[in-house]
Amino acid sequence: MAFLSQEDFGTPASPAEEMVTLVIDGRAVAVPAGTSVMRAATQIGAQIPKLCATDNMAAFGSCRLCLVEIEGAKGTPASCTTPVAEGMIVHTQTPRLEQLRRGVMELYISDHPLDCLTCSANGDCELQDQAGAVGLRDVRYGYAGEHHLGLPMDVSNPYFDFDPSKCIVCSRCVRACDEVQGTFALTIDGRGFASKVSAGLPSDDFMSSECVSCGACVQACPTATLQEKAVREIGVPERAVVTTCAYCGVGCTFRAEMRGEQLVRMVPWKDGKANRGHSCVKGRFAWGYAHHKERILNPMIRESIDQPWREVSWEEALGHAASELKRIQAKYGQRSIGGITSSRCTNEETFLVQKLVRQGFGNNNVDTCARVCHSPTGYGLKTTFGTSAGTQDFDSVDFCDVMMVIGANPTDGHPVFASRMKQRLRAGAKLIVIDPRRIDMVRSPHIEAAHHLPLRPGTNVAVLTALAHVVVTEGLADEDFIRTRCDWDEYQDWAAFVSDERHSPEFLAPVTGVDPAELRAAARLYATGGNAAIYYGLGVTEHSQGSSTVMAIANLAMATGNIGREGVGVNPLRGQNNVQGACDMGSFPHELSGYRHISDAETRALFEADWGVPLDAEPGLRIPNMLDAAVDGVFKAIYIQGEDILQSDPNTAHVSAGLEAMDCVIVHDLFLNETANYAHVFLPGSTFLEKDGTFTNAERRIQLVRKVMTPLNGYEDWEVTQELARALGLDWNYAHPSEIMDEVARLTPTFANVSFEKLDALGSMQWPATAATPEGTPVMHMEGFVRGKGKFVVTDYVPTDEKTGPRFPLLLTTGRILSHYNVGAQTRRTANTAWHPEDRLEIHPLDAENRGLKDGDWTRLARRAGETTLRCLVTERVAPGVVYTTFHHPATQANVVTTDYSDWATNCPEYKVTAVQVTPSNGPTGWQEGYEALSERSRRIEAVAAE
Amino acid sequence: MNSLERLVYMANQIAREFATRGEEAAALATADHIDHFWDPRMKAMIFERLEAPDHGLSPIAARALTGLRDQGAPPSQTRATEFNAVDETGGSDAG
Repeated sequence: MAFLSQEDFGTPASPAEEMVTLVIDGRAVAVPAGTSVMRAATQIGAQIPKLCATDNMAAFGSCRLCLVEIEGAKGTPASCTTPVAEGMIVHTQTPRLEQLRRGVMELYISDHPLDCLTCSANGDCELQDQAGAVGLRDVRYGYAGEHHLGLPMDVSNPYFDFDPSKCIVCSRCVRACDEVQGTFALTIDGRGFASKVSAGLPSDDFMSSECVSCGACVQACPTATLQEKAVREIGVPERAVVTTCAYCGVGCTFRAEMRGEQLVRMVPWKDGKANRGHSCVKGRFAWGYAHHKERILNPMIRESIDQPWREVSWEEALGHAASELKRIQAKYGQRSIGGITSSRCTNEETFLVQKLVRQGFGNNNVDTCARVCHSPTGYGLKTTFGTSAGTQDFDSVDFCDVMMVIGANPTDGHPVFASRMKQRLRAGAKLIVIDPRRIDMVRSPHIEAAHHLPLRPGTNVAVLTALAHVVVTEGLADEDFIRTRCDWDEYQDWAAFVSDERHSPEFLAPVTGVDPAELRAAARLYATGGNAAIYYGLGVTEHSQGSSTVMAIANLAMATGNIGREGVGVNPLRGQNNVQGACDMGSFPHELSGYRHISDAETRALFEADWGVPLDAEPGLRIPNMLDAAVDGVFKAIYIQGEDILQSDPNTAHVSAGLEAMDCVIVHDLFLNETANYAHVFLPGSTFLEKDGTFTNAERRIQLVRKVMTPLNGYEDWEVTQELARALGLDWNYAHPSEIMDEVARLTPTFANVSFEKLDALGSMQWPATAATPEGTPVMHMEGFVRGKGKFVVTDYVPTDEKTGPRFPLLLTTGRILSHYNVGAQTRRTANTAWHPEDRLEIHPLDAENRGLKDGDWTRLARRAGETTLRCLVTERVAPGVVYTTFHHPATQANVVTTDYSDWATNCPEYKVTAVQVTPSNGPTGWQEGYEALSERSRRIEAVAAE
Repeated sequence: MNSLERLVYMANQIAREFATRGEEAAALATADHIDHFWDPRMKAMIFERLEAPDHGLSPIAARALTGLRDQGAPPSQTRATEFNAVDETGGSDAG
């Protein structure tokens, strides 16, 4: 499947249903009312020249190139800003128009360098194309007068350059930043001839401005003014393959534009239903890790972790791994080994890893990194609604009147969807933010939250119960919806519970720290403001009551009737690209694909018949339980695909102790990650650019990942797992990942109608995709809940056992930043480090002053479990008493201090609440020094002797 | 905390979450949850712990584990574990 460019209709599609018929160049065309003449003309193949128009932004009408003649109308209106009318007769090519357009183009070119042959955009430049289209042959004005040629370039951004001498001031970049991205970082400075694109103050360059490097301006630029450095260096692409981004759970689709096997750039795919043609700095630019010098391309083994690695053949590495796994099981028992699937790998790869564990290892000791992020979502939404997934598609936000964002930071974690949210908010929707931090969405250009409830970390359930208290006691519940769609008796029990005075905002204020009046106002807005949707993230799940919070959210949505139609719903924002998919594929130790419990004999029989082996009916170990069992000496080997548990999981000392206690740790990854410091077998992995498969994003959307280049390590990851299975004696013979998906569909009712062929034809599908919903289900629970009646669950607030006190008086909460992804294994190996070279500790000015700290000082972050050092950032974004940091850099290892406490139902770690002390520091901690030495020692690779 | 301490903590944490249902219902729900989510070794360890006079388990957790050990798994209590009984084939999700 190859695409080079997508047709640009000039202006956005009109949502109107009423059709209008007009005649353009003698041809009749019917289009929705409100469509521009330009778009209507493009639809019938008429090519109206244009420069400032593009179909992902509102018409602007500045370039004066798209003029047309309309019978009965005066002058030559711009076709981009002129809407169609019934019976209109339009002429797009007349001698008069040709003359006018040529004159306009002549003026543009008179102040543009004539270096097309050496320009990096040669062959990919709209100005060049349009000059040809209008038939410009001569420029009469010369270059002697004032001009903009030779202005200095701004090369400050690591990914793109700004060359003002090539700028035609069409404002597409400024409008893209405003309308598409919503950052408003760019402007046109000056007037008339002095007009120029500016990234803020005259002293600002792109890097020092508020630009977030989403690439929308670069994509919009019709010349080489804003252009990727890679295009300047490599040249214009020659082919393109549409594939799916491997970063966050938004699941953007991109055109991977190639020259031969070299990736030149990633350009967001306009038809991508998750991203609608937009991107962020990670997906658009941060793919350089794929060719990073630290990538490991050969399999390696070693007897013990104090030895250097020894490069071996695939055959030897897989044979050694299989023999160790067999030896360990023979010695320590069938349940002494297990595996971890990855939310960064494809559905097909994930399915194979869990199949390897269940069929090959003969147990259910398989878990996934969703354990440490969204496992409470699975439990909570399954319990209340019947399905372990979000209820809406992303498009649903366009119909939303009130957004409630809880424990999520979309502008950093899910930036492309955040832009969609901001578009809707600028159009008038109201915003409620529940978060201890003043995240960017609380107040940013043209966005201001109606209510920000800066709750004390760990009090989510209390706040949600207080919101429910207001809804019920003030008579705001949607009784008709509840009686029709939910279990009425359970509702009454729940309503009685939340109505108790001890759940009022006023009573709970000392616990939550939230102003009761503000909370009441937020509850009223959510319940009565029209379509209200909840979007939440890891600030909800990563608590000791994570599952309860998810259920409290579901209660609130059901009580107000905000479920089962467009514009409403409960929407978990998934952290990694395939969290949803990894969970769907049966990665949890208690369930098979499609969330069916392993104890169910009927379901087991289905898999047993297909796989030809009996399956263990008992649940397996979760990741923390695997580590506990390892420390106890009964869990001795693990196969970890695409996860770095040493850096991402809590209480690093415990993780390292568990790994160190194992006889055989097999790491299958791109790099020698932190976990690999404790590994005995290293199997090199392939990037998303090197494989076929599917990812499933936060809206249950299954999308194809298409191979754009040959794997540098020689194999796609599913092939490596298959070879390991074969080495263990399993008869696996998949020739392509599509065959794995066929097996998933065969065994999983919700995927029954999914196949690569259908995905290729439709672009994407949202499960459930069954005989009843053959093309998928954008919005769930429309007619009734999957479980039948919606279930209200009483969620009593139980304070976390992690308490502040004199020794550890501050609450630490952790999170992520826009430019980095998870443990940073990929993004730290790109130029994204320019924005975030290190983890910083955010601390309120009052707390900083009390400790004698000033911005940039080194601090010691200590808790009972351990301590680390990092520099501080003094900011009012965090409340007094709360500190915050990211976990992207192994040198910091924020998880050295996080605790063993976890969600009661799922063991999702309580990353968001750790009692800590912060003091000035003058050097790294003993742990950091020791770990650095271990890391250096552990990454040695034995030199290969010359033959 | 070591493995056993963690299991005791987990059992108490689950029991505490269901406590609003009253002791009998909470004990059944706790037993149901542990049966569906704990691996056999974890169950065996906590049953062994139950024998100790100072087991550290809350009354609900102890009652749940005693029931689970002696009478086996109760009928599904929490619905969260009735995963397979739910028709997820999309019949109610049209649209």
